[in-house]
This record gives sequence, structure tokens and C-alpha cells, in this order.
Amino acid sequence: MAKKLLMKGNEALAEAAIRAGVKGYFGYPITPQSELLEYMATNLEARGGVFVQAESEVAAINMVYGASGTGKRVMTSTSSPGYSLMQEGISYMACAELPCLLVNVVRGGPGLGTIQPSQGDYFQAVKGGGHGDYKLIVLAPNSVQEMANFTFLGFDLADKYRLPVLILADGALGQMMESVEFPEYNPEEHLVDHSAWATTGRVDGRPQNYITSLHLLSEKMEEINVHLQNKYKEIQKNETRCETINTNDADLLIVSFGLSARSSQKAMELSREEGMKVGLIRPITVFPFPSDIINELSKKAKGVLVVEMNAGQMVEDVRLSIKNDTPVAFYGRMGGMIPQPDDIVNELKKIKD
Amino acid sequence: MSTAEGITCENLDQMETIFERTHILHETPTSYCPGCGHSVVHRLIMEVVEELDILGDTIGVAPVGCSVFAYNFMNVDMQQAAHGRATAVATGIKRVLPNKIVFTYQGDGDLAAIGTAETIHTINRGENIVIIFINNGIYGMTGGQMAPTTLEGDVTSTTPDGRDIFRQGHPIKISEMIAILDGAYYVTRQAVNSAKTVRKCKKALKQAFQNQLDGKGGTNYVEIVSNCPSGWKMTPIASNEKINQEILDYYPLGDLKLPPKEA
Repeated sequence: MAKKLLMKGNEALAEAAIRAGVKGYFGYPITPQSELLEYMATNLEARGGVFVQAESEVAAINMVYGASGTGKRVMTSTSSPGYSLMQEGISYMACAELPCLLVNVVRGGPGLGTIQPSQGDYFQAVKGGGHGDYKLIVLAPNSVQEMANFTFLGFDLADKYRLPVLILADGALGQMMESVEFPEYNPEEHLVDHSAWATTGRVDGRPQNYITSLHLLSEKMEEINVHLQNKYKEIQKNETRCETINTNDADLLIVSFGLSARSSQKAMELSREEGMKVGLIRPITVFPFPSDIINELSKKAKGVLVVEMNAGQMVEDVRLSIKNDTPVAFYGRMGGMIPQPDDIVNELKKIKD
Repeated sequence: MSTAEGITCENLDQMETIFERTHILHETPTSYCPGCGHSVVHRLIMEVVEELDILGDTIGVAPVGCSVFAYNFMNVDMQQAAHGRATAVATGIKRVLPNKIVFTYQGDGDLAAIGTAETIHTINRGENIVIIFINNGIYGMTGGQMAPTTLEGDVTSTTPDGRDIFRQGHPIKISEMIAILDGAYYVTRQAVNSAKTVRKCKKALKQAFQNQLDGKGGTNYVEIVSNCPSGWKMTPIASNEKINQEILDYYPLGDLKLPPKEA
């Protein structure tokens, strides 16, 4: 049986990445994710990978691009302002179909903002983020255990679909300590053979491999786009993940992801004590978004409350998902504030009739 | 029938081969303008790869600019990098594949403007790679705008009255800046505007790759002063003369940093 350890979310994620066989970590310090960088600096080289502290997030993501292009498992981590700086490189990686794991331990914005937790980067995470039509697979953990679990899953999905996978966490998940158990995971059983496209040198004069996102002919560039969109459709079909709690008898639904889903779960329990039939839908992948299940469950609900740590971002996807007249309300806190269960219960009371 | 005095097509197969195009260049015409130095430098790099017998180990990084399609001409494994980020991409490759031979190929806008931070920090870390820097004093691909290396007074589409150092700054001497970094192992400035400079340039490139193979020291950096007949609105011959008459006064050829002599 695996040993239970008490760890910070940032550290648990870093430990999971090493156990998943990460061969290169490239990062830059920024609060509240720096423990992840520091854990890698302390541990990765002794356990078979390389660590580079880059001169900027711009350089870090491009180091990830280069190292990923050799077919190795590689990653970076950052927080919101740094994630903005990485957008150029992520767009290039999406087009060149390079796998990697990205981690955004989100802090309050816009601008330099605050170092406190936020979900203000939802749009940037799920709608692409940089220039052009592309998507990432975006996993939204709500515990230290999931910070670890989704790291293994994230690497596997990145390799399977050849795209960057993003773990969308927040400052609280990165900083808080909880017990965590690491699953049995042998990287050798999970690694995908990338030798058909990876740039490793033309050994024995094999044909050239090259990695590019440049296709000047419009016909060719459209073909690439269609290929990417088909891949995203396949991902929507196969990889949508979502947790539902108490939804069988629910006539009020909360939809919430990540840390705010924990406040929401508590609010659900409190309101059930008061006799309200409240259920929780927690998207685990925020791209692909669990639209079908939200639509299905909303049919028998009197109302849906979306709870986020932002000004209302995922609520747009919830509204696009629901194809009936069930009203959708929103409750959010911003700037590093976390929604409190009592306040969420009050919001539920406003919509229950 | 006759191609030159004493040579006819009939006896071609009886002649001794004294020069052959390296097979590590793709069998395709380049997209470069007639007389452009890029084609010459591509050939020199591939000759060096062939002569050092490192085809199976070599990974190149192409920039944004006229040489963005370098992988269509140089038949080695390559990655195309975002504008200015070639040395960061090369760092990522070399760190996870330390026994491979990694080079970047970059223009002046790429290396000395948008990628200045990556250039300096890659070399400051002493990454054991080869950086090849084509300095032709202009943004050729985008239609002839001022580059960080455009000389004072030179007319470009964004300096229509000539580069004014009080408004547009000085032509940057980035190689001199790089030479003072402890991570730089070999820094040299070469040219390809004559048979003589081409020969010397190839020697420098070969030295840079050999240094990386030997795994000593730090970063190997070869600046190559080149021409841009289209961007400079000159004939190829006049552009090569401009290099001798004006550019080399400001950017003199020669080694800026040599590896320390072994004891």
C-alpha cells in the first residue's frame, strides 16, 4: 500500500512529475508556484532529468518546445503573469503538435494583481490563450491529491494526442498541505514512441525530421487547422471528465471547478441540512467541457448556480451548454477572495423558488 | 556543344571531380534572392556537418526571417523556432540530448533585437552549442526595415531619411558584448563576400562545431557579415563591395574571443 505523505500542492505535483518520468523541467520563479521550481531544482537531476532556471517565462516555454521536439517528457510551471508570457510558445507548440505538461498556479489579476488564489485565467486556459485556433486539454484539480493524480494523467494525454496539457490550479491548491498518496506508475509502460517525428539527428541517414508551425500556402494551413479541430473533437468525445455529487434528486445545481468547488461542496451539504435538494457538478476537464451532462442534469432543475473565483467566465460555457429554459445564476469573488459556503447558500436561496 | 575552352560534354565523365555539392543540402533551389549570402552559408554549414561526419547527431534550429525555411534547404533534423527564441529552443534540445550537436541559424533582427535576452543568457550559461549569426543589416523577409545592425545613415523603409543615431540608436555590436561573457568559448566575425572570406568563414564554422564536439568550454558563436542585394537595392557585386568599403569598418572581421590555450 502506498505511503501517505503530507505535502504542499506544488510539491506533490513536482514529485508526481518526477515519478511520471519527466526528463526536462524549465521554469522561472513566480509566486505562488515557486516551490514547484525549487522542488525540481533539488530533486530532478538526481532522479534522471534536467533542470534549467530560464531567464524568463518566454525562454522557459521555448526550452520546453525544443526539448519536447526531441520526444522527451518535459514540462514547465508558472503563475498567471508568467503564463501570459508563455502564450506565444504555447501557440507554436499547439500547431507543431508538441506534447508537454504546463502548470498554471493561478493568482489574482489583471496586471501584477495579487499572489492570492484566483480562477481569473479560465478564459485564457480553455479558449486557447495565444493567437490562432487551438485548444489545450485543461485539467482542474481541487485537492493536493488531484494535483498529483492529474500530473500522471496530463503527461499521458499529452503524449497520446500530441498537444500541451495544462493543469489549471490556483494559489491555494499550490500552497496548502494535504495528505497525498502516489499511485503505482511505471513510466516505461506509459511512454509513447515519438521517433517518427522527433528531431534527434538523422541516424543512419534516415529521412529528415523537422518541426515547424509555418505553412505559407493557405490550402496547407487550412488542412493543418482542420486536422487540429478534428483532434479536439476526438478529445471532446473521449476525454471529458466530470464529478457529480447528489445530482440524482437535485432540483438546484451548483456548477463549480477547482478550489471554488470545495466551498460549493460545503455549501451543498449546509443547504441539504436545511432541506434544499442541491447537487454539485464539478468539471474536471474544463476543456473539453462537460456540456452534455450539464445540459442533461439541468433539465429537471429549477435553477443552476455557477460559482467561480472570477467575474464570471465558466458561466458562459454553462449557458452555452444548457439548451432549455432553466435559469443560470452566477456568484463569484475576485482579486484573491474565496467564495464562502454561507454566502453560496444565500445565493442558492435566492434562486430556489 | 562547347561549354568552355577545351571542355566538351562528351568528355565530362572522364574528368576528375574536384568539387561536389554536398548531399546534405536538399536537391532543391533555395528561396533566396540571387547573390544573397544565405545560400553560401547554408552550403558551408552542411559541408562542415559532412566533413565532421555528424549527420546522425546534428539538430539545427531555424529562426524567423528569410531563413525561416532553412530546413527545406539543409537536410538535417531541424526545429523552426519563434522569432528570437532559437537559442532557448537549442538550450532545451541540448540539455535533454547532451551528446547531440546543436546549432542555431539566426538573423540580426532575431538574435540582436527581439531575441537579445535569449542570446545573452544562453551564452552566459555557456550552453555547448553553435550559434550562427547572419548580420546583413536589414529585415529582409518583411521588406527592408531597419535592423539593430543597420549602419548610421543607411536608408531603409523605416529609416527613409537614413538611420539617425539620436532617434534610432546605434548599430549594435552584439558580438563584442557577447565576447565579454564568461560563458562564451569562441566568438568570431567572418564574411562571405569573396572567395577568400568564404574559405576563412568555413574554417571558423568548422572550428565552432569541432569545439562543440570536443565538449569543452561554453558557447561557440560565429557572426557572418552578409549582404542583402534586394533589401539594400543593389546588385550582388555592389552589395559585396559595400561590405568591404563601409560595413567592415564598423564591424571588423576577426576573432573576438579565442578558447584559452591548453596548458
